[in-house]
Amino acid sequence: MKKLVIIGAGMAAGRLVEHVSEAGGWEITLFNAEPRGTYNRIMLSPVLSGEKTYQEIVTHNDDFYATHSVTCRFGERVTAIDRAARTVTGENGTVSYDKLVIATGSDPFMIPLPGHDLSGVIAYRDLEDTERMMTLGEGAKAVVIGGGLLGLEAAAGMHARGVDVTVVHLMGHLMERQLDEAAGYLLRKELIGRGIKVLCSSNSKEILGEDGKVKALRLENGTELPCDLLVMAVGIRPATAVAKEAGLAVGRGIHVDDQMITSDEDILAIGECVEHDGALFGLVAPLYDQAKVAAQTIAGEDARFVNRETSTKLKVTGCDLFSAGDFAEGDDREDIVFRDPSRGVYKRLVLQDNTLIGAVMYGDTADGGWFHGLIKDKIDISDMRETLIFGPAYQGGAALDPMAAVAALPADAEICGCNGVCKGQIVTAIEGGAADLGAVQATTKASSSCGTCTGLVEQLLAVTLGDAFELPTAKPVCGCTDLTHEDVRRLIKSRELKSQAAVWQELGWKTPNGCHVCRPAINYYLLADWPVEYQDDPQSRFVNERKHANIQKDGTFSVVPRMWGGITNAAELRAIADAADKYNVPTVKVTGGQRIDLLGVKGEDLPAMWADLGRAGLVSGHAYAKGLRTVKTCVGTDHCRFGTQDSTGLGVKLEKKLWGSWTPHKVKMAVSGCPRNCAEATCKDVGIVCVDSGYEIGVGGAAGMDLKEIEPLVKVATEDEAMEWVIAFVQLYRENAKYLDRPYKWIAKVGLDWVQDTMSSAEERTRLVAAFELSQTIYQKDPWAERAEEEEARKFAPLADLTLEAAE
Amino acid sequence: MTWIDIGALDDIPIRGARKVKTRQGCVAIFRTEEATVYATSNTCPHKGGPLEEGIVHGAKVTCPLHNWVFDLETGEAQGSDEGRIATYPTKIEDGRILIDAAILGQQAA
Repeated sequence: MKKLVIIGAGMAAGRLVEHVSEAGGWEITLFNAEPRGTYNRIMLSPVLSGEKTYQEIVTHNDDFYATHSVTCRFGERVTAIDRAARTVTGENGTVSYDKLVIATGSDPFMIPLPGHDLSGVIAYRDLEDTERMMTLGEGAKAVVIGGGLLGLEAAAGMHARGVDVTVVHLMGHLMERQLDEAAGYLLRKELIGRGIKVLCSSNSKEILGEDGKVKALRLENGTELPCDLLVMAVGIRPATAVAKEAGLAVGRGIHVDDQMITSDEDILAIGECVEHDGALFGLVAPLYDQAKVAAQTIAGEDARFVNRETSTKLKVTGCDLFSAGDFAEGDDREDIVFRDPSRGVYKRLVLQDNTLIGAVMYGDTADGGWFHGLIKDKIDISDMRETLIFGPAYQGGAALDPMAAVAALPADAEICGCNGVCKGQIVTAIEGGAADLGAVQATTKASSSCGTCTGLVEQLLAVTLGDAFELPTAKPVCGCTDLTHEDVRRLIKSRELKSQAAVWQELGWKTPNGCHVCRPAINYYLLADWPVEYQDDPQSRFVNERKHANIQKDGTFSVVPRMWGGITNAAELRAIADAADKYNVPTVKVTGGQRIDLLGVKGEDLPAMWADLGRAGLVSGHAYAKGLRTVKTCVGTDHCRFGTQDSTGLGVKLEKKLWGSWTPHKVKMAVSGCPRNCAEATCKDVGIVCVDSGYEIGVGGAAGMDLKEIEPLVKVATEDEAMEWVIAFVQLYRENAKYLDRPYKWIAKVGLDWVQDTMSSAEERTRLVAAFELSQTIYQKDPWAERAEEEEARKFAPLADLTLEAAE
Repeated sequence: MTWIDIGALDDIPIRGARKVKTRQGCVAIFRTEEATVYATSNTCPHKGGPLEEGIVHGAKVTCPLHNWVFDLETGEAQGSDEGRIATYPTKIEDGRILIDAAILGQQAA
């Protein structure tokens, strides 16, 4: 009998052994580095979670190998292949072959973080890894790096055993290869709801240990996650070492032809270790095909492996999700999106040339098979396009309710934050006869203070009374939603929406990721309301705030360094002059905010210019930001014979405190040292006029499209009080105003009385100041210094310069 | 079709853009999703605004100067604005962005 040696006893090899022994004529020797035969690796997750035992997932037991006369060399690593002598050498001796099949599978990729070799740092690949996770007792802590399918299964499995699990994922959403952002968001929500901690956009920095054993994972941002076990599930690599040493052709995997033959005609390869026609393999269906083709090739039959289109029906225990085909946006592709926030359902179909080419679903995947069929068979769907997303059973129905978001709120959801009124109270009032806004205000006080919840109260009237109530037409944010800015702000707070994906899904956005009108607003609301939880998204900012410079009509930028309170010195001026020379700045202008504007700077020169200015201690003046611009001052008691207080000093202090914060619109301030008002404080968003007895603080001035004098907010005696009131006012504005409303517009809506009432409480002022300071711990960073760093500066240069490339 | 490698996919943030200089002018490369890129002229036909600096939403970009919106698939201006930007074939291979080499030779041809 001829001799067949197989290296590896994974699922592909298992299938090959069946085929070959069925045909007969071969004496099989099966090597496996794992000390066991073939088992169903895909089912390790149910073993981990306790739903199955290992015995139940064994596919080939000792009896099988005995009956089929397979020589098993399990737990033995192959050390060398001698192609000339046609032998394979294992740790316990050499065996010769007529045909050799390499089925070494893949190795888990271990990120070479410092500490990755500590005890307690494992992959998730085989039974040993699974058993290691199963030894963790209730209350133990585990960290999983990698939020792909395998990582989440490991996390869910350990969680089911009572382990405290944190998933750390590099990308912005879970399972980014199989799911789009919206479905990833729902999955994350489900896992968090179960008690699994999920950190996305998180980069691991090092693994900390004690006595050679893992103790914690430290992230790039400094967070430490204590753990007794750390599981890396970040991907797999074909295991090609043995093949490579034997001199076989190896690319990303072992090269094989359609007959599964490697560059040596007596050696075949199958499974996750191979590369066929540029493709690698991870799903089991094509591996079984390969095993069959390899068996036929060995038997001398003519067979060809064709990589068929595989669907990726996915299952994370208990989470209902489905993804098939190609769901990336692309040329000539169209999306049909369906969201039902109350049921947590998301469906997205991708169409091309009237056929379905991709589908992602979450929450309700009943129609997955049907959609997959449409994808596979390339059915023309033009006739059913209108109703396609509702699935095969759809026979006509009503349109989605635009007020679903409000209808879905639980009864104890707070609608009116000022007066602490919940949805239930309002609905009760409406059912008790309060038939319009005024009546609801009178009965419940809801919407009778700042008024930002008016839209929600009206929607509750509409939902509760149906046709009997006519909804006043409020202006929605943009075409992506029917909700107003005020509604969105209120819902972000009351429903604790902490990511863009959460807003799009829970509030039923009509577009995948908003537009240039709503996205900057949503980005602002999220970072203002959840400074710690939400991460600012530069791609949701207008160019000026993304580039930290003002774009000019010719595409160049202007650069305005900060001059605290309008005070500068010779060294700073010299640095500015040098920068103007070095970067050929055509225009240097003194601004109305008491600083210097360098106009006409090329985008790619910005980081270098910032680095130069930074060396002289100059930081960004945020002249481009919806944030604090300047605090203009006069010279006050320092020099002026009329000055009553240190206006310059207060201006500098305010600017140092407030710079870097994002606000709904730009904020300009000024401090004048006496009522002669040389700093023109009375037309600023916040203006302070010093008098002998203290500080008169006014708010809501403007000198732009509208000309407005400030209205008096309060008069205080000390500088400390002035600081407290100004900071608290800015925070109140940050928390409540509509995006792109300057303070005067916002005050006109809520009323100065409300602002004064709210701020008259010392407790509220303390809260506001604390909230502002918390936000500043995150946002008060010089954006220029950060972007002058090499890594960030690169992003300001063109991606490529092809001007020197020769044309064909 | 000949393809030129212009950079790594990860050099462009999702919903972001970068430009590529060519002798015919700048080409904007947009990354609308995890693995979807588009290449178009970087110049807005309205007042010449640099489109790479615009906000990317869905498969569209909004010019940073006067908010004209262009469909990245067709290049057509959206809404009531009329105009079109040139679009160029791209593909992604092994995490690299490739662009049709024809953009180099258009003037010569």
